[in-house]
Amino acid sequence: MIEARNLVKRFRDKKRGAVCAVDDVSFSCRPGEIYGLLGANGAGKTTTLRMLATILAPSEGTAVVAGYDVIKDPQTVRSRVGFLSTATALYGRLSAQEMVEYFGRLHGLDEPTLRGRVDEIFTRLEMNDFRDRRCDKLSTGMKQKVSIARTLVHDPSVMIFDEPTLGLDVIAARTIALFIRECRDKGKTVVFSTHVMSEVEKLCDHIGIIDGGKLLAEGTLPELRARFGVQDLEDLFVKVVDP
Amino acid sequence: MSLRNIGIVYRKELIDSLRDRRTLISMIAVPLLVMPLLTIGMGALTLSMIGEAEKETPKIMILGGDDSPHVRAELQKLGDVQIVPANPDYAEEISNKQIRAAVEIPKSFEAKMAAGESSKVTIYMYEGELKSSFGADRLQRFFRQLRDRTIRERLEARQLPDSLVHPFDIQQKNVAPPEKVGGAILGGMIPYLVILLCLTGAMYPAMDLTAGEKERGTIETILCSPISRTHLVLGKFLMVLTASIVTAILAIASMAASFGAGKKILIGVTHGAADAALQLTVTGKAMASVIFVVLPLAVFFSAALLALSLFAKSFKEAQSYISPLMIVVVLPAVAALLPGVELNPVLALVPVLNTSLVSKEIISGVYHWDLIALIFLSSSVYAVLAIAIAVKLFQREDVLFRT
Repeated sequence: MIEARNLVKRFRDKKRGAVCAVDDVSFSCRPGEIYGLLGANGAGKTTTLRMLATILAPSEGTAVVAGYDVIKDPQTVRSRVGFLSTATALYGRLSAQEMVEYFGRLHGLDEPTLRGRVDEIFTRLEMNDFRDRRCDKLSTGMKQKVSIARTLVHDPSVMIFDEPTLGLDVIAARTIALFIRECRDKGKTVVFSTHVMSEVEKLCDHIGIIDGGKLLAEGTLPELRARFGVQDLEDLFVKVVDP
Repeated sequence: MSLRNIGIVYRKELIDSLRDRRTLISMIAVPLLVMPLLTIGMGALTLSMIGEAEKETPKIMILGGDDSPHVRAELQKLGDVQIVPANPDYAEEISNKQIRAAVEIPKSFEAKMAAGESSKVTIYMYEGELKSSFGADRLQRFFRQLRDRTIRERLEARQLPDSLVHPFDIQQKNVAPPEKVGGAILGGMIPYLVILLCLTGAMYPAMDLTAGEKERGTIETILCSPISRTHLVLGKFLMVLTASIVTAILAIASMAASFGAGKKILIGVTHGAADAALQLTVTGKAMASVIFVVLPLAVFFSAALLALSLFAKSFKEAQSYISPLMIVVVLPAVAALLPGVELNPVLALVPVLNTSLVSKEIISGVYHWDLIALIFLSSSVYAVLAIAIAVKLFQREDVLFRT
């Protein structure tokens, strides 16, 4: 379960001065559900998700993730969350297996449990052929699989994806989409951000449209279509953002 | 404080760094190669230059002295110089290295000597030029002998004793043990190099583990793991410290080995003459003490470099922050080499300079335990402050996500 309550994030920018990147954002996402945060570049998607993953601390408001408060208990929140984005790169000089094991250990797994988890994930994601290969020698698709394995190693109940398909080719993007669906089917709480309309249509149960740091509209896709009287998602998005 | 988590980060960073070519070069290759190159290479170069200069028969010009045929003839007879015809451009010829030195014999030199009058012989040479000074030395020796002989002849003619012009002898005796003599000459160089290598050894890992992570996009990956940022920075810090200490220890070991080898070569070539000049006996106690005083400095360097490079967005930017730091460190380390800079309670509080000075003393066999304790304490305070700053910076979002 994720519950964002009036999240605000302000920071100082050299050129722009005081900036409010996220302004009073509230939404919730239940287990077995995918919540899609749809917005243009700079809308505040990444900052919102970073606050949910406790990488950034909110300036105001809070969120409860997997039953824990992001301000009071950030470390426990991180131990329940799997966070994946194009910005979460791999350690190039570690092998695929070393990379996943490192994060398993940081999540407090003991060695026998870790070995079992790594074997299971590597087999399920068909990664055994390159488990000893250094991450900087892997193809984009292989790297994506290692990143997925890294987010899964501690079996989190909440998954947060920040534009996970950005810059990926069709095959690699498809692997990610399938993985997101699989997470939902296993009863995990999934939040993901994107600016790709087709991904939202295909994957999301609930949609939040964000712009200028504010959550402007929220609901299921049929609800939003009915409310704004527009069928095409792109037209709907433009109508919400630029009425 | 979870030692397990710090250990996990440390182990990962160690594996990661040992696979990084730049870290390996700065941590292992530089100290292992620089020391032998400096001691043996420079020593061999100096020896070969001296040898070459000694082999050469210097070309000498005699100016004037036409009315002093005996002196001229004696000079001509010298086997180890080559006399060339006089030329008014002698100064230019010395500068151009066509001749090595020239001697000007004054008018009526022999006549004045016979009459018991005084006169002045002038030797022209190029100061700082080894071969020119060899030529000038030869001329000095010749004229000193001539003067001594003249004095003896004059005394004998008047039946006066030698002690008339030689009332007493002056003798200078060294009471410092041989290792202290060596320590004063070479001892200053050792801490300077160890301190410098402590810094360079920590430099690449510090940049790689902070700015490098930002550049490669792994900082966000590690920040979404449940490890606390304090544990993360301490794990990284231990890795940087390891690199710094390994570099310093390798430097000391390689220096001891290459110095031993260099000394043998020098003594062999100079048939033992270099033995006295190179009496540097660095004891195990001195080595251990140097490591002991350098340790808090290595901690200080590691934490300071980590904090400084965390500010940078990229490896390149980190390099531009750290390069000026080299000068800041080198200056006090070099200041310790200057003659007259002695360790006192005030200087014991100046970072880098204090360690450099105390190491120099330790190597020459002097142990001021009160000052050693003060230096260890003050360096430890700086080290703890630097670690606290690094930990604090790792909590700051504007530093971690500076773009």
